[in-house]
Amino acid sequence: MAAAASNPPDVSPAEGGARLALVGDWTLAASRRLEDKSQQIVDLGKRREFVTIDLSGVSHLDTAGAWLINRARRNLAGERVGVALEHARPEHGIMLEEAAYRDFEAPAPRRVPVVVQLLADLGRAVADGLGEFYRGVSFLGEFMAAMAYVATHPRHFRLTSLVVHMEAIGLRSAPIIILINILVGGIVAQQGIFQLLRFGASSYTVSLIGILVLRELGVLLTSIMIAGRSGSAITAEIGSMKMREEIDALRVMGLDPIEVLIAPRVLALVISLPILTFIADIAALFGGMLVSWGYGGISPAAFLSLLKEAIALHTFLVGVIKAPFMALVIGLIAAMDGLATQGSAESLGRQVTSSVVKSIFMVIVLDGLFAIFFAAIDY
Amino acid sequence: MTSHAKHGSGGKPVGDVIISVRDLFVGFGDKLVMKGLDLDVYRGEVLGFVGGSGQGKSVLTRAILGLVPTRGGTIRIFGQQRDKLPAPERKALEQRWGVLFQNGALFSGLTVKQNIQMPMRETRDISPRLMDELAMLKIELVGLKPDAADKFPSELSGGMIKRAALARALALDPELVFLDEPTSGLDPIGAAEFDDLIATLQETLGLTVFMVTHDLDSLYSICDRIAALADGKVIAEGPLGTLLASDHPWLRAYFHGVRGGRLAAVIPE
Ligand SMILES: Nc1ncnc2c1ncn2[C@@H]1O[C@H](COP(=O)(O)OP(=O)(O)O)[C@@H](O)[C@H]1O
Ligand SMILES: [Mg+2]
Repeated sequence: MAAAASNPPDVSPAEGGARLALVGDWTLAASRRLEDKSQQIVDLGKRREFVTIDLSGVSHLDTAGAWLINRARRNLAGERVGVALEHARPEHGIMLEEAAYRDFEAPAPRRVPVVVQLLADLGRAVADGLGEFYRGVSFLGEFMAAMAYVATHPRHFRLTSLVVHMEAIGLRSAPIIILINILVGGIVAQQGIFQLLRFGASSYTVSLIGILVLRELGVLLTSIMIAGRSGSAITAEIGSMKMREEIDALRVMGLDPIEVLIAPRVLALVISLPILTFIADIAALFGGMLVSWGYGGISPAAFLSLLKEAIALHTFLVGVIKAPFMALVIGLIAAMDGLATQGSAESLGRQVTSSVVKSIFMVIVLDGLFAIFFAAIDY
Repeated sequence: MTSHAKHGSGGKPVGDVIISVRDLFVGFGDKLVMKGLDLDVYRGEVLGFVGGSGQGKSVLTRAILGLVPTRGGTIRIFGQQRDKLPAPERKALEQRWGVLFQNGALFSGLTVKQNIQMPMRETRDISPRLMDELAMLKIELVGLKPDAADKFPSELSGGMIKRAALARALALDPELVFLDEPTSGLDPIGAAEFDDLIATLQETLGLTVFMVTHDLDSLYSICDRIAALADGKVIAEGPLGTLLASDHPWLRAYFHGVRGGRLAAVIPE
């Protein structure tokens, strides 16, 4: 209590220690001192047969004080010293009873050798990884089943929800994606001009920009951006719904959370990402054109005619074809991690982090696989 | 444990005013929830605060705690106006109260024991051993089993969450505790135990208790005084007898309805 500091707890022995008078505030605010005093009671009373503790001088007593008085009593009893409490105020008496000393069995921490621990961790990580992959595949199956169901029962299709998510995922990401791609297009152009100038080949810059942006950069940057921006949001939304039993509420109503919550989000991603990729391509080419003009002296008209020679429709398609697959991977990972959230806020944070890291990683892996595939079919 | 029926003494409450709310206005958007509310809570009493759902009991509690901005009026706690205090004194004031939120509000990333130790660790210098012992003591005090200590809130039942949250509210042995519907969601036996617990703690720790409740049994068994909220104001306050005698329609429906009627029948007026 507030007055504690001004009235410190103390022990004053009388009759050679057979009688101990406690004074002051025996409250938590002075806990360190209280513990010393508790020990002092034990030291003073240890070699006697009987000790009387006079509580009339105690002004305030809280559970901490009562606990420590009881701890001293218990320790004295262990030394076979009888203890009597005297002149305790009625409310202090009740408090001392409530805070009767008892042992709390502390669960002993299990000691495991470091090597064993290391091996166990490694094994668990591998098993978790495999389990994750297995769950991913099975989740993909569940999602496809839900989509098939929706396709055959169009009444269950949630158009409003789809539009809402397309706005959140697609429309609202457009400005930042345009900005980033203009910048990256410009950087590629600057580097292209600067490096190729040494070989007198700076006019190839336009081919470089066109092919690089359309085939790889546009879709990759967009996917990574969406994984960070929308994947995390999906995980957080679904995770907090899981935490508050909203997912369970859907299930017991006979609704499938995958159909109600996840399908509209993933579908919105699958539709939005190719469109965003197209926008990103245009933005990056525009950025490249600006820099080529200002830094490389290639006029927009020259840029466009060079671009026309360098690229064909399939250059653009290679990039855009990848987008829905990226979207599927991002959406499924985000939803799966959201559903794996446990009860705590910490777990939610962990799931969001893992969702973003995993989906960016998978986007890049997938891009690599596509590169191999397109090279193999010579597209 | 003893029975704690203290109603019907009729006399004026003793002790000084510990919470004093005057002419309080609180609103959200264009909707006023508190419309010039006055309320006093006296030291050492258990004040039961009743009112229909959505009348603003939680809002008032939160306004007193400084969690909701007020639009007018004054709130004094321990004689001080919280929002006028400099930061260190405000902190000191906040350590003199404990709060049990309606949904527990336990920290989900910490175990029950860590939840209880949180205020101790942050505001006091306490040895780890004593902190462990006190946390376990509080856990037992609120009627939880020791093995609940290392559980996370998501592993607890509703009643256990209430108890754990009460233990955390009591961690620093506060002078004043706010309980927002402490017995809602508990079974009748659990609720009765909880009432007994609050009464015992109130007696031993000399607590002042501000308790929002719907539970007629709690009102009957542990509240010294009751205040009723309707239309943004306190429409009646006093010992249970006073409220039973009131002819405000809501109070009549509340106390003399099917559930309240049984209660009124056993209380001599
Ligand atoms: N943060 C908020 N924003 C808007 N309105 C609120 C907010 N909190 C509470 N309210 C409104 O204030 C009123 C009182 O709510 P509350 O105090 O929770 O009721 P109860 O008496 O059941 O505890 C309700 O009508 C509620 O809708
Ligand atoms: Mg409420």
